Amino acid sequence: MALWTLFGLKRGKATTRWPTPGQTDDGQDGVLGMPRYHPELCVEGCQACAEVCPTGAITIRENGRDGDGMLAVDYGRCVVCQLCTEVCPSGAMAPSGDWAFGVSRREDLVWAQRADALPAAIERPGFTRSLHIRHVDAGSCNGCESELQALNNPFYNLHRLGIFFTPSPRFADLLLVTGPVTNAMLEPLKATYDAMPEPRWVMAVGTCAVSGGVSGGGYASGHGLEGVLPVDVWLPGCPPNPAAIIEALLMFLNRKPQRVVGGRVDHGE
Amino acid sequence: MSGETSVDRIVPVNAATLPQAVAETTVGPDELPAKARQLWDEGGRMQTVYARWKEPRRLELRYLVSRPKPKGFETWIVEPGRKRVPSLADIWPLIGWSEREVTDLFGFAFAEHPEPFRLVLHKGARVEHPPFDPRASDMPIPVSGERRTVPAVAGDKEDVQLLPYGPVRADVVESGEFLFFYLGEHILHYHPQLFFKHRGMEKRFEGLEPQAGTVLAERVSGVGSVAHALAYCQAVEAAAGCAVPKRAAWLRVLLAEMERLYNHLHYLGHLADTTTLKVGQAEGRLLEERAKQLNARLTGSRFLRSVLKPGGLRRELLPKDWLPDELEAIRREAARYAQLLSDTDSFLDRLITTGPLSRKVAFDQGATGPVERASGVDRDLRRDYPYAAYADLPLTVPVETAGDAYARFKVRAAEIDASFVLMQRALLLLPDGPIDVPCRAHGGSHGLGWAESSRGTLFYAVHLGKDGRLDRVKIKSPSFSNWRVFPFTVHDSNMMDYAINEASFGLTIAGCDR
Repeated sequence: MALWTLFGLKRGKATTRWPTPGQTDDGQDGVLGMPRYHPELCVEGCQACAEVCPTGAITIRENGRDGDGMLAVDYGRCVVCQLCTEVCPSGAMAPSGDWAFGVSRREDLVWAQRADALPAAIERPGFTRSLHIRHVDAGSCNGCESELQALNNPFYNLHRLGIFFTPSPRFADLLLVTGPVTNAMLEPLKATYDAMPEPRWVMAVGTCAVSGGVSGGGYASGHGLEGVLPVDVWLPGCPPNPAAIIEALLMFLNRKPQRVVGGRVDHGE
Repeated sequence: MSGETSVDRIVPVNAATLPQAVAETTVGPDELPAKARQLWDEGGRMQTVYARWKEPRRLELRYLVSRPKPKGFETWIVEPGRKRVPSLADIWPLIGWSEREVTDLFGFAFAEHPEPFRLVLHKGARVEHPPFDPRASDMPIPVSGERRTVPAVAGDKEDVQLLPYGPVRADVVESGEFLFFYLGEHILHYHPQLFFKHRGMEKRFEGLEPQAGTVLAERVSGVGSVAHALAYCQAVEAAAGCAVPKRAAWLRVLLAEMERLYNHLHYLGHLADTTTLKVGQAEGRLLEERAKQLNARLTGSRFLRSVLKPGGLRRELLPKDWLPDELEAIRREAARYAQLLSDTDSFLDRLITTGPLSRKVAFDQGATGPVERASGVDRDLRRDYPYAAYADLPLTVPVETAGDAYARFKVRAAEIDASFVLMQRALLLLPDGPIDVPCRAHGGSHGLGWAESSRGTLFYAVHLGKDGRLDRVKIKSPSFSNWRVFPFTVHDSNMMDYAINEASFGLTIAGCDR
């Protein structure tokens, strides 16, 4: 037993200094995020990306090239499969490292030429300190769970940020949902929400929970949380990586600004 | 330790890997039980049964069989017509689960089934037409009221207590409900009620282009993305008869072993967690994180997604210059970590004799992967039915015989070592050349693909329609098999050991439920 303590001490600190301002080691070297849309590069008449997109995240706009370009891009449906970046002949859909996609307004996940200003931080009176989360898996592929479990590994060490997962919904401030909401999980999910004390909030984690992803619809599941629970934070990604989840949680706590507006990271900067 | 190690061979650089052919035999419904019994006597194995519509209103059952002599996979095709088809559950209990799935999804019932209850659809599902029935709409089947089938437990019922735990459980875990019938600390009977996460994934493949199916296969079980995509791609390649170039085959081995690595490291950390070794848990989780960060550096995805495709790889990977050193650094620490766990008395105390699974039960119930190998059943698809480049690489298959949680730990720890050897060899000898070939399967063709995932045998059977799009895709996942056998190690055990035992099985629910 003593060996473990020694072993641990000798290893020193494993936790990243990110997200302290100025620190950049978020652990996501090389991670591909949502493909970035460059409407000015779009080739007239080309529909390759829309045809290959497995979830309908990219569709051709009926009124064509006016203002918002030829494509309608909904990052809330994107599963980060990168197929569009491979078929695009002109780089209009380009690979990127844009994964910090947590937003408080669903419409901010939809690409827009003229985006609104960043939403004002939502004040939550009486709720300023630590955050307690109850997670519910509503039919995920377990990729999201794998990344949520990673939050408590020594690298991300979520506890240091005052954020905790709680076993019971009775102690939870935030309900964090993954998966497209299968028919069999619909009632347990609602029961968990009902068991939470007010004030309570909901975060949709992963493209399945945001819009159904590749597994939504059909005979066995719904299309995510829309119309099921009132969602306060939308975080698409397949799965969103641990740093993306931390960014979204800190955004919820008003400790970081929302980075995506009109489907673009750092639009306002 | 036993198991064969294939000797090093000289690598024929330009040779390509052709998918293995699978023999097909038509079997009459009446002769089925006798043939199944004979297979059992020979030491063969029945992997799964699935249904498909051969033509509208013409159902076909396909039994997937592995024969010991001559070694190979075989498909038995049964066309029921108006005849009854006897259940094989009393010979192959795992097939009893597959049969129930056929009944739920196609409405076809097997004669004399010992457990004629729903499996993937819940008791409270209000089914108008089974989901694969041509008359069924694609609308959600509502589920309400009682979701579970509660087994009757004999004995003095007044003293026996029932603890239903789930489907929403403590901690960040997958959804599933566990029913414990218990007396004090003693568990009399354990009944996992799964399939809360049933998403109908097999049906989601229908109508897709074969190339597009890979994205879906990668999302059946996230922590098995590579194994699922690999088995799927190999099934399409078998249907198309296309041979993957050497370099792609070797890189596929690298990806598959990197997936095994982060999964097994996760497993060790999880075991340390359930045995309350706090530092041990942290060390294991950190190693897993480092492996996942390597995944991202190599492929852009922490789950190694978006690389495989039927015919080879979607893009070139260039690991040779930097990956060997990074892997070696993790190998050294992982070896030291596993050794430290093995030297910790309190860890061993909780594992040794916990959740014993005998060789007989493991074999009869269809256990797979590290679970069966820890119970003395020496099977591994990578060696027995080699795919990708496994035939050209030195593979050690660790086997233990004790069948307890400690044996399962030892098998996985030894598999980590074996994976590092495989990866380093693959990186050292990685051939140059193209990474893909055109791969188009003809309309009406079909193929079988398999992979030994970190949890065991995974099969994909892929059937294409006349239009060349996917018509039926069947997935037999390893967790489906291991969830079937797991309760045998829980009945008549105690509550304190449950979490450790469950962790030692390393199950996923998404893979099982699909």
